[in-house]
This record gives sequence, C-alpha cells and structure tokens, in this order.
Amino acid sequence: MMNRRDFLKIMASLGIGSALVLEGIDRIGTAADTIPGSKNLQAGHWGMVIDVSKFKTPEDIQRVAAACHKYHNVPEINDPQHEIKWIWQEDFEHTFAELESEYLSEKVKQMQFPVLCNHCENPACVRVCPTQATFKRPDGIVAMDYHRCIGCRYCMAACPYGARSFNFFDPRPYIEEINSAVPTRTKGVVEKCTFCMERLDKGQQPVCAEASGGAIIFGDLSDPDSPVRKVLRDNFFLRRKVELGTGPSVYYIIGGGGSNA
Amino acid sequence: MLEKALRGSKGYYAWVGLLIILAVVGLTAYLKQFDYGLGVTGLSRDVSWGLYISQFTFMVGVAASAVMVAIPYYLHDYKTFGKIVILGEFLAVAAVIVCILFIFVDLGQPTRLLNIILHPSPRSIMFWDMCVLLGYLLLNFIIGWTVLGYEKKGFPAPRWVKILTYIAIPWAISIHTVTAFLYAGLPGRAYWLTAIMAARFLSSAFAAGPALLILLCLILRRFTSFKTSNQAIQSLAVIVTYAMIANVFFFMLEVFTAFYSNIPGHMVTLQYLFAGLNGSNNLVPFMWIAAILAFLGIILLLIPRVRRNEKALILALISVFIATWLDKGIGLVLGGFVPNAFGLVTEYVPTVTELTIIMGVYAIGLLTLTILYKVVIGVREQTEVGDISPGV
Amino acid sequence: MMYNGGKIITGLIIFALIITAPFWLNIGQADEPPEISLDTPVINQLSEKECIESAEFMRSQHPQLLNDWRDQVVREGKTVYTSSSGKEYQISLDNTCLQCHSNRSEFCDACHAYTSVDPYCWDCHGGGIAK
Repeated sequence: MMNRRDFLKIMASLGIGSALVLEGIDRIGTAADTIPGSKNLQAGHWGMVIDVSKFKTPEDIQRVAAACHKYHNVPEINDPQHEIKWIWQEDFEHTFAELESEYLSEKVKQMQFPVLCNHCENPACVRVCPTQATFKRPDGIVAMDYHRCIGCRYCMAACPYGARSFNFFDPRPYIEEINSAVPTRTKGVVEKCTFCMERLDKGQQPVCAEASGGAIIFGDLSDPDSPVRKVLRDNFFLRRKVELGTGPSVYYIIGGGGSNA
Repeated sequence: MLEKALRGSKGYYAWVGLLIILAVVGLTAYLKQFDYGLGVTGLSRDVSWGLYISQFTFMVGVAASAVMVAIPYYLHDYKTFGKIVILGEFLAVAAVIVCILFIFVDLGQPTRLLNIILHPSPRSIMFWDMCVLLGYLLLNFIIGWTVLGYEKKGFPAPRWVKILTYIAIPWAISIHTVTAFLYAGLPGRAYWLTAIMAARFLSSAFAAGPALLILLCLILRRFTSFKTSNQAIQSLAVIVTYAMIANVFFFMLEVFTAFYSNIPGHMVTLQYLFAGLNGSNNLVPFMWIAAILAFLGIILLLIPRVRRNEKALILALISVFIATWLDKGIGLVLGGFVPNAFGLVTEYVPTVTELTIIMGVYAIGLLTLTILYKVVIGVREQTEVGDISPGV
Repeated sequence: MMYNGGKIITGLIIFALIITAPFWLNIGQADEPPEISLDTPVINQLSEKECIESAEFMRSQHPQLLNDWRDQVVREGKTVYTSSSGKEYQISLDNTCLQCHSNRSEFCDACHAYTSVDPYCWDCHGGGIAK
C-alpha cells in the first residue's frame, strides 16, 4: 500500500505552488569538484556496425543478448505484454519490413538480426520527452536518466524502432542474480540500451561488442580511421527506417558482398 | 456561491452521493495501481498508451467545444446563447479536470509529476499541452465564476472578464490543436502522421462537445428550474450537424489518401480498424458501429423536421457523441499502435481495475460538473425570484 | 458581527488539537538515537578510517552530495569526484559508497528509520547487498 512518503509526494505534486518551494530548497554546493574520468573513451559520434553473417546461429545472438541483459540487470519477464529487452533478435522481414520481397533468398529470409536502440542522430524520443529524462549526449549516445523519468511513455509512442521497454511492475523479482556494479530499474520508468555509456566512461567496450566475437564492431563514426568507418567503407550496409530522418547509428552488413565479408 | 451546492433535493443528494461512492471505488482501484504499477492495466510494450490517454484526448475536445457557445455569444452578440454560455464554460472546467486526472493516472511515476515544471522541455509537445490545459482551466473557471458572482449581485461583468473571454476563444482552439500535435508529429506512427489531425480533432470536438452540452441542457430542463430555450438548443444542434459532417469528411480524406496512394504504412491501420489484421479484429465492431452512428446522427440532424423533434434529436445527439467517442476515444489512440515497429499486431484489452479507475475519474468530473451547475442554477433561481419581488 | 461565534471557535479549537495531536501524543517518548555501525569487512581493512569527506559533512550533506553526483554522472558524464582533500573517487553509489558501507540495515537504514525518511535510492541501487 501507499506509505506516508508517497502520500505526501502525491499531495505535493497536486499543488503547483510547491514547485517553487522544491526549487527553493537550498542547494549547498559541495566544496569539491567533478571531472570526467581519465580512462574515458571519447568519440564525436558513437556508432555500431553489426555483421549479421558472423552470427552463424540464432544462439549466437541469444548469447550476446543474454550477456547484455545479465550485465545490465535486465529482468527476464517471459510475457510479451510486459517483457523488457535491450537487445534481441528479429528476422529480415520484421527488421526491414519495407524491403520485404517474395523473391528474397532463403538465406536472407532465415537471417536473424540483433535489434536494439539505434541511438539516432535526431531521436524522436528525446524530442518528445517532457522532462529531458531521455537526452542525447555530445558523443551521440541517447541516454536515460531513470531518476527523472515520470513514466509517461511518450518516448515509446515516438520511437519508430520499438526499442523502449516500460517497467510495468517492480523488475527486481525477475532478476535471477543482481549485478551489484550497476543499478536495477524501478517500476514505472522506461528503459533501453545505453550503448554501455558507463562502461565507455571507464574505458571499456559495450558488453554486446565484447561478447559477439567480432560480429559487433563499436566505434567513433566521426573518425574516418575508426574501425566502424573502415567496415562501412568496405561493405554495403543497411540501416533501419532511414526514410524517417531519425539517423540511426546502428548499421547492418549482411556479408557476401564486400572485401570484409 | 459554493453554498448553493450544499443544499438540494433528495435526488440531488442521492446523485452526489452516488458520484462520491464511484469516485472512492475508483480511488481504491488507483491505489492498487499505484502500489503495483501499470501492470494492473491491459497496457503492453507494444500498446503503451490505452484508454487513459484516449479518454484524455477525447475530453480535451469536449473542453475545447465551449468555444462553440462562446464565439456566437461573445464575438457575434448572439443573445440566444446568453443563458447557456456559462454551462459551456463550466463543462470545459470539468472536462479539463478529467483530462488532468487521466494524465495523472497514466503516469508510471506519478510522484514525479512536477518534473515537467522543474525541467521544462519546450521541445516536447506534452510540455505545451500542460501549459495550454492549465491556462484554459484557469480562464474558464475565472470567467464563469466571476460572471456568475456579478450576476448574483445584479451587476454586469467587469471589462477585464470580457478581455479574458476574447483570450479564451483562440485558447480553446489551441488546446485541441496542441493535443493533436502530440500525435501528428511522431515519425513512426503512420496513422497519426497526418497534417489534418488537428482539423479532425477540432471538428469531432465541435460535434461531440455541443452534443453533450445539449443533452445536459435537456437533462437540466427536465429535472431543474434551468430552462434552456428551444432556439438555443436548435442553434447548437445546427453546429453539431455541420461539425459532424466536417468530421466525417475529414476522415474520408484520410481514407482516400491512404488507399489511393496505396502506401502500406498508411493503409494498414485503417485495415486493422475496419477489417482486422492477421486475425486480430477486436476493434472492428466498434469502428463499424461508429461509422453507422455517425451517418445516422448526420441524417437525423440534417432533416429540420426531425431535428426539432426532441426524441429524435436526443437519439441523433447520442449517436454523434458515441460515434466520435468510438473514433477518437478508442480507435485513434489504440489504432496508432497497430502494427508495432516490427509490423506485428498486439491487441489491447483493458482490465477491470483500469476500467474502475476510468469510472472513478469520470465520477470526479461529473461531480465537479454537478456542483458547478448546481451553483449556476442556485444563483439563477435567486436572481429570477429577485426580479419578480425585489422586496424579498 | 459574527454568527455562531461559539460554534466556530469550538470548531477551531478542536481542529487545532487534531492537527497538533502527534506532538501531544508523543511528548516524552523520543526514541533512542540510532547506533550507526562502521563494522564492515572493507572498512575494517582500511588503515585510515575516513570517508570521502569529513563525517560532519557527510552526515548533513550526503543527500545533497548524492543528488549532485547523480546529475554529474548521469547527465554530464563526469565520473570522478575530487574531494576537498584532493583525493579522487569514482562517482557511484553502488561502486563507491556501498563498497565500504555494505551494511545497509545497520548504517543507512538505522538513521533513515529514526528520522522517518524513505529515500527511493534503494529501488534501483544497492540491489546486490543484503537489506
């Protein structure tokens, strides 16, 4: 049931005037300073290239997804209505619905594509968020501030990629073993892939890239010499729903064409 | 003036009591949702907005429709609406309160509601929607309450109220335009991505709102001393007629663009709504009922002889109201989520808890409306008695 | 001119009594101040037992500090905190604070319960340590 604190908070929310009071609470700055870490990986625009041909079996993608979900404390809710997923697999027909054709080769038809947040250059979710709980970092990552999210789910309506999940209830009972290095989420907030921004800040690669055995390449799209740019130079690639102008930062190469295949 | 709402007939007390009970039942259901999360509803990862938001959208329209009484009266000095203009304004007040409550119950983290004000985000249409809705609530309440207060004392309303009434007119248009923009600017939802969305919203609002207002006037005429003239009702009915025709016309424009262009993304939701998709057809009966009622309402309203018959008029107005409610209060919001980002269909069925909360919110809205209308009737009774025998 | 003056004043007195009831009912019943434990494996191994700032500062300002940290690390990408003594710490409730203070019920909760606050930090953080 509702406890006293929640009750008071509701009461406070109802009085608009209290906004001023809250804002007025003295903000005593700490004597000290905060700085970026020295090991921070930096980029002008983080991006990802997924070489689908290197995922030989669906289990390969599932292994990568499981590593991600385990690391990030993503709950395992086996109910499509309420499930939470950061990275998962879809077939060609559903990933690239607009490219579907009855004459598609059996090989492509059977291919499985890892799908995740596209960390768009022009993210619709960021545009619509009424509290800036989701925002774009200068390095291109579309981040989530779970503390600020009010759970209006406008971002879910706005995202053309179905990349966002909502916590319809407390997720903790559905996490088998909590990774204490990262927080869980709470009921009533939206969550999604973060491109492992807290790992990048510590100088580490994203979990999926690490677990993929080279099938997922992560790097700086703004740097012509970065591994992602090299792969994109040498291969034909696809991005999801580019016609919407969102500018997705996740690129797919399906192999068989370029020198890198 | 509020004291006028404290005394009434047995029927009045019974009605108010019933609404309070329903509101409390709704609150109990809400506490369950507050405790557990939105998992108590039928919402899902794919259909992330449901009846809460669709009722919000519909009721913004009802709120905006007060302007259909205000424009003739304030801008064109159409005296016939003089008596009922305050009913329109107070209907708007109650409707906006319902809207705010629907947004509130839809939030996953309601205790953080103030973040919208603490971290204002002008890029978000929701921010602007909050601004215009709160402004509209204040405008209508201040205008209605002040005019009534002066009426009670036997004075004409002050000039500043007149200025507010002029501001309220474009403001009413803005609340529903901005609410349409909530939907019409999202890149991935083809059913909502239409330039005519705001026009559709306004036309359906100007049909549904005045239709409700006429029904309320007829109820008041039967049960209270507040007698709305037939002329006022007929004038409003004409507004309903043409607004509904515009509404249906705009919808047909959507159908033409979708199917003549033959672009799958634009056809698929209409197919889902009216024929079902891959065996999913929960909304099909609702949409066809909406279509039939829309045409029935228009035909009945278009024939002057029928329109002047009170029973036929009531049937026509109820048809129009239900048709617009099914179209906007169900089909529009739910349809927008079908298909999902991967071309798949997930259907949404509200839960009992969810429906109970919705009932509670409407009960609070009706309670607000009842109290405000009771005050109006009380004041009018007093001034009318005063007119006859000033000595009392 | 006041109508029903007596009734109004009686009503006001009753109202004032009800509103202040928690004070009257709890006079002389103050709970013992909580004992805060620093007995955790990590703290016991520290040669110099000091937090990132002075104990007084931490006692009065830790909510504000955490509030600032949250925005710095989540929104600004600042991951390192330089304390007033010049030492650097990773900005992380889970990986810095709770590494030492791994005894939530004896350290955090003891005081929070005493002051009747229920911070929502725990909804997401500290999931790995026992309650």
